[in-house]
Amino acid sequence: MNSTLESRVADCHPASAPDYTPVAQLRDVQLQRLQAVVARAWRQVELFRSRMDERGLEPQHIRSLEDIGKLPFTAKSDLRDTYPFGLFASPMKDVVRLHVSSGTTGKPIVVAYTKEDLDVWTSVMVRCLAGCGLHRGDIIQVAYGYGLFTGGLGAHYGAEGLGATVVPASTGNADRQIMLMKDFGVTAISCTPTYFLHLIDRAAELGVDMKKLPLRAGIFGAEPWTDSMRRHIESMSRIEAFDIYGLSEIIGPGVGCECRLHQGLHIFEDHFYPEIVDPITGEPLPDGCEGELVLTTLSKQAMPMIRYRTRDISRILPGRCECGRTLRRIGRIGRRSDDMLIIRGVNIFPSQVETALLAVEGALPHYQILLTREQGLDQMEVQVEVTPQMFTDKIGALQGLHDRLQEALDRVLGIRVRISLVEANTIERSQGKARRVIDRRTS
Amino acid sequence: MKIHQISLFVENKPGHIAAPARLLAQEGVDIRALYLADTQQYGILRIIVSDWEKAAHTLEAHGFVVKVTDVLAILVTDRPGGLADVLGTLDGTGINIEYMYAFSDVRGDEAILIFRFADPDAAIARLQAAGIKLMASKELLKQ
Repeated sequence: MNSTLESRVADCHPASAPDYTPVAQLRDVQLQRLQAVVARAWRQVELFRSRMDERGLEPQHIRSLEDIGKLPFTAKSDLRDTYPFGLFASPMKDVVRLHVSSGTTGKPIVVAYTKEDLDVWTSVMVRCLAGCGLHRGDIIQVAYGYGLFTGGLGAHYGAEGLGATVVPASTGNADRQIMLMKDFGVTAISCTPTYFLHLIDRAAELGVDMKKLPLRAGIFGAEPWTDSMRRHIESMSRIEAFDIYGLSEIIGPGVGCECRLHQGLHIFEDHFYPEIVDPITGEPLPDGCEGELVLTTLSKQAMPMIRYRTRDISRILPGRCECGRTLRRIGRIGRRSDDMLIIRGVNIFPSQVETALLAVEGALPHYQILLTREQGLDQMEVQVEVTPQMFTDKIGALQGLHDRLQEALDRVLGIRVRISLVEANTIERSQGKARRVIDRRTS
Repeated sequence: MKIHQISLFVENKPGHIAAPARLLAQEGVDIRALYLADTQQYGILRIIVSDWEKAAHTLEAHGFVVKVTDVLAILVTDRPGGLADVLGTLDGTGINIEYMYAFSDVRGDEAILIFRFADPDAAIARLQAAGIKLMASKELLKQ
């Protein structure tokens, strides 16, 4: 170990102790918890029990961690189909928090937490932040959205749990974010990576030199980002940029995070059991192979997720991290196995756009989603071909159509998109089928 | 009485009017009057042509979205008050003009007003009762 490495792994926080559990002991903990969570879901969740019955399975058939492969998968559509509370395993009196995330069509999905679930969430977020070298005395600005989205509150409680000073800035108002960072001497920020890129640009316009701020760490997540973005961020500021992973269905942010060696993301696998499966056949793949990440919540009470198909494509990195953590790592997530788009941290499905267009027009016009990045912020444009049914010789009527489309899309998607009416037959079609999404976001 | 006007949806980008104009030229269709209503993003090109059926057919065959609407054409003397006199006859009738445009004939001292009414039949009745002469399609196109 060289000296830099030693200094990087030395700052171990007490809450991080489970990160270093000897592997054999970790597997024991995982198996006990897996058996308990399967039993709980089987008792409390009708959908899970009926799927177990179909396979002739009962909780006692899970005798080893390998037996997890026998269990049925859970998909995002299951959350939508049982909306709002169908997958809850706790009575409402024990549920202390609900969060909401977007679904594949108009309907959202709901996730629930007991008090114990929130404690686990906080503890894994503390371990994330500690792994990034943060501790009591740090001033952490949380610039994820607060509210139904899990990002803001998840990072907030984690930072408080760490003992740091929290600045709950939420999203938006870049000028104020920069003012707070500067005036308060903020040392770490948590937000989407593209939002931080925007803050870098805005700071330059305001004449604020990011490199002169005390800011030294950025914990970035809620959307896929690349190593070239990391290099750009780190060259424009003095921060060390960390990738954090999570999803509402599992708990929110804090499922996994990079340590200071930046060699993949450690999964807090004492709470979230990772598998990689073939995205088409569902067959488990050995470590090192790329496939779909499947996660099982080992300790969640209000809403256990058994073998949840994340649709995120990654692989389990073989070998042990030099930081000394025994937790397995996954590679950074670059793509998904479905058509979900992540725009400014918000999950969007093209099918939602179709739902909105249909609601306005009654018939689906040809459309295309164009994604670009302007000033570090994702922009989504929906181009809609004007059909003979939509067209009128009156400009006011066309503007009215434009406004109705805008309203419907804003309502369904929850983010502002740009709508362009375009001439018929101008959206490129290959074999008669239009390419629905053009992603021009680079870097 | 009614004149067939062709409306086309065009994006507000360079070259987007040239394409339909070229198509009509190839088919030997003459554009008699033209008006462009535009927004920042797109516009509606409204034209009155020598052969509206041929024009509509050609444009549609080339993938354009076309709408044919009835408009009225009125010949007025090109002098102060010419337009005001016509509009005066509609006062208090509740007859609504969706939009209008005008062009003057360089050869003479007359101007042609094109009106798109919400209810063209009611407008025809009212204008004729007021003694205003509506141009027939043939009349407009031979000029």
